[in-house]
Amino acid sequence: MGFPDRIERVVDIARPPAKVWAALTTDEGLASWFGDQASIDLRPGGAAQMTFSSGDTVYMRVERVEEPTVFSFTWHIYGLPDDDPRRTYVEFTLEPTAAGTRLTVVESGFAQLPDDAHKTAYDGNARGWASELGELVDYLDAA
Amino acid sequence: MPPDVEATAEQVFVALVDPSRRAILAALASGGPATATDLASRLPITRQAIAKHLGLLAEAGLVTAEPGERRRIRYRLHSAPMQVAQQFLAALARDWDGRLDALRNHLDK
Repeated sequence: MGFPDRIERVVDIARPPAKVWAALTTDEGLASWFGDQASIDLRPGGAAQMTFSSGDTVYMRVERVEEPTVFSFTWHIYGLPDDDPRRTYVEFTLEPTAAGTRLTVVESGFAQLPDDAHKTAYDGNARGWASELGELVDYLDAA
Repeated sequence: MPPDVEATAEQVFVALVDPSRRAILAALASGGPATATDLASRLPITRQAIAKHLGLLAEAGLVTAEPGERRRIRYRLHSAPMQVAQQFLAALARDWDGRLDALRNHLDK
């Protein structure tokens, strides 16, 4: 039993690494299995986004681009507020095999805690809203 | 805040097991800070039981008591532990199995 920090999967795919690489790192590739629409600026630090049939859009930041063996990005942890700085790291590793490609996916970072700076900022925000709403009430009462 | 994510998530899930505590947390989430008396007027739970649950929730860090005269104390949701529990749920909900199946199906075409 433990808090899952890391998810790891290994799959064998009957296609050469170049094909798998294209599916992971191009607009058309990502849109055909991951999102409904995708765009990616394939370079470290580049932005990528995917839109799903639910209407949700996720934003990723490309981290490693080492064609055709390592591709990685970070993205937001689902369900946390949009301004939360915590992100998980997703890394795909491609190895050629006799039958095609062995693809390993590791997503890590689920168990990270917010840092103190963030906690302070967050509590500051919560107080800020309470006092701003209080000021609005005072303003309306006076009017 | 407790020192590790495991303990924090556990406190959230333990709190959520009880239907009265779920109702109290839901009322604070939807309606904002409230006193035990406010909550008793909105929920089918006695004020005494609500006060007891609020005490437990405050000890676990899931709600915070605003300073004030005893009967007028307002409780507000403290979201940091919920966000830790959410990280646990996010890991369970990522669905890499489904995504990798989709990738294989796409490449097999």
